[in-house]
Amino acid sequence: MRPKLTLLSDYIIARILAEAYELLLRPGIKVQNEEARHLLKREGVVIDADTHVAQIPSSLVHRALESAPREFYLYDYHGNPTVHYGGDSVHFDPGSSGITMLNPDTLEHDTTETEHLIRLLKVAEQIPQYDAQSTAVICHDVPKDIQDSYRLYLALLYSKKPIVTGAFTNKTVQEMIDMLALFAGSPEAAREKPRAIFDVCPAPPLIWSNFGAGNLIQLARAGIPAEIVSVPLAGAAAPVTMLGTVTQHTAEVLAGIVIHQLAHPGSPIVWGGAAAIFDMKKGATPMGAIETAMLDCSYAQVAKTLGMPTHTYLGATDSKLVDAQAGLESGITAMVGALSGINMISGSGMLDFLACHSAEKLVIDAEGIAMAKRMIGGVKQHTDTLATGFYDDKINFKGGDFLKQKITMKLFREEQHLPSDIIDRNSTRQWKESGSLDAFGRAKLRVKELLASYRRPELDSDQTARLHSYMRDLAKKAGLEELPRLEDLEVA
Amino acid sequence: MSEEIEKLYKDMAQSIIDGDSDISVDLAKKSIEMNIPPLDAITKGFVIGVNYIGDQFGAGEAFLPELVMAGEAMKAAVAVLEPELLKLGEARETMGRVILATVEGDIHEIGKTLVGTMLSASGFEVTDMGVDQPADKIIGKALEIDANLIGLSALLTTTMVRQRELIEELDKENLRPRIKVMVGGAPITRDWATKIKADGTSEDAVGAVQLAKQLVGKA
Repeated sequence: MRPKLTLLSDYIIARILAEAYELLLRPGIKVQNEEARHLLKREGVVIDADTHVAQIPSSLVHRALESAPREFYLYDYHGNPTVHYGGDSVHFDPGSSGITMLNPDTLEHDTTETEHLIRLLKVAEQIPQYDAQSTAVICHDVPKDIQDSYRLYLALLYSKKPIVTGAFTNKTVQEMIDMLALFAGSPEAAREKPRAIFDVCPAPPLIWSNFGAGNLIQLARAGIPAEIVSVPLAGAAAPVTMLGTVTQHTAEVLAGIVIHQLAHPGSPIVWGGAAAIFDMKKGATPMGAIETAMLDCSYAQVAKTLGMPTHTYLGATDSKLVDAQAGLESGITAMVGALSGINMISGSGMLDFLACHSAEKLVIDAEGIAMAKRMIGGVKQHTDTLATGFYDDKINFKGGDFLKQKITMKLFREEQHLPSDIIDRNSTRQWKESGSLDAFGRAKLRVKELLASYRRPELDSDQTARLHSYMRDLAKKAGLEELPRLEDLEVA
Repeated sequence: MSEEIEKLYKDMAQSIIDGDSDISVDLAKKSIEMNIPPLDAITKGFVIGVNYIGDQFGAGEAFLPELVMAGEAMKAAVAVLEPELLKLGEARETMGRVILATVEGDIHEIGKTLVGTMLSASGFEVTDMGVDQPADKIIGKALEIDANLIGLSALLTTTMVRQRELIEELDKENLRPRIKVMVGGAPITRDWATKIKADGTSEDAVGAVQLAKQLVGKA
């Protein structure tokens, strides 16, 4: 039996949906993108000419929900479907778009550049707990105009895993869609086996911004999956109550799905978010708070009622260091996400309200993820009799009896998660002999090992040539004569 | 060496790595039918597997069930070959005779059993007396079988003092260094081993085999 966490009754979910439909009509949704307004108007939606607030009727929502796919896959470089959006599948990926990275030696939060993103890609590529990569940090050593595309470019070069990405402008989202098509060989190929999914954010409360709505439309038309990351902040940009915040979240996501499906019915779209509470003392948005995890679990339950694929932001911490707070917030919230059956859980590796990334934290978080995945693996019945079959004629009433059974060797790896050396189960002496390190110290060593063992994937040379030349053109247009030099990569 | 024999040796090693006693026994029987010297079957075949899995365990690549099953498969194969060795009048060169016991008042034995499995897989003659064994009984048994080595286990801080008592008793009887003593168990540190004048201690079964070999001068 697979354990599941649910926080809402069917009755409350029905009321959330009913009130979300009301919010879509009153106060309505502010749609700041002209094309989106045009799509809505064409369906007879009433939109205030001055405020751009649209009153979206439930009939339109129902139609959008009908055409939106209930499941789809992301594919790796070789075209294997490795990430399943739909049902109760659970995947994890590193958090996205950090602006700093923890320097493991100085403990400073360094401004991120190309080398930082590459380091994170190399580490995440080798950790099986991450089913997808993310465009984890912004590279401040290239001009702002090309930062979005450049992150995707690096992920395509240094990874074979699917990629969770995003764009901050309508222009860059189109460039990234083109880049994916170029890399895949054609727009059709990119659509048929999508390699990447794009996070798209509405602005709370109840606003679809120009670039947010624009991105939805472009992605829908290209057939590249989009992930709505609605970010209501309970008590500030959303009602203080959890149920109020989840209801606003529902309205924002539903409005997004309507715009998206109007642009191209049937394109893949995910019910996601990064809901959080608003900290009333510091004015912060704590990602490691338990209420943040509870909001996410709740909205995922709403999504599942409608059969929609899900995403959330959990497994992160607000601590500035990879310390006990980081461990407990990341571990507990990753567990909540997994138990909620959320398809893609982003946030691992991140500190400081999603601003700062850490490769060391990524390797520690992987152990928390492994525990969460083991948990949802549940308690299984492997044998016909539960116990009696284990007591055969070889039982000597000795403590080691069961170590000598074939079935122990056969099943122990299924019954027990075998942690990496990040988890210390040494005797005190062994621990002392290996340097008396804490988890962060062990993680530093593990990251060094992973960076040393990393091999850049062998990619088709024509493909990479196309990618390089496309990126170089973008750079030139942005006034950058030469892209940063990439280690172990000769750019022809 | 014919290809057939070479393959047999490889299969023997693999049967130990797989921890499969049925196969290791079959292969041992087959080697007798093929008139392969039993000592060769052990040293060129099965032992290779034991060493491999021991190394893997030391490197953190193999786990306890695999280690124990390999030891069991080894024991089973050697049991088939031993009568043949006796017939030929050439005993397998024993690494030494070891007594294993958990001290009086202590009933923990998983670690000790593991050490026993690994020692016998490595060519020691092991007599495992079990748990809750008083010092005089252990020493009596050691003299009876002319043991080279006593392995003493204690899991509790309250019972580890019994290890010292046994060593003192051996000293009183002038039985050392004829009989060496290695101590083990969760609370046992190197400092403790030194303090009570034990000949050595190891944290795990693989290390215990190394230690035992050193103590009998066969490392």
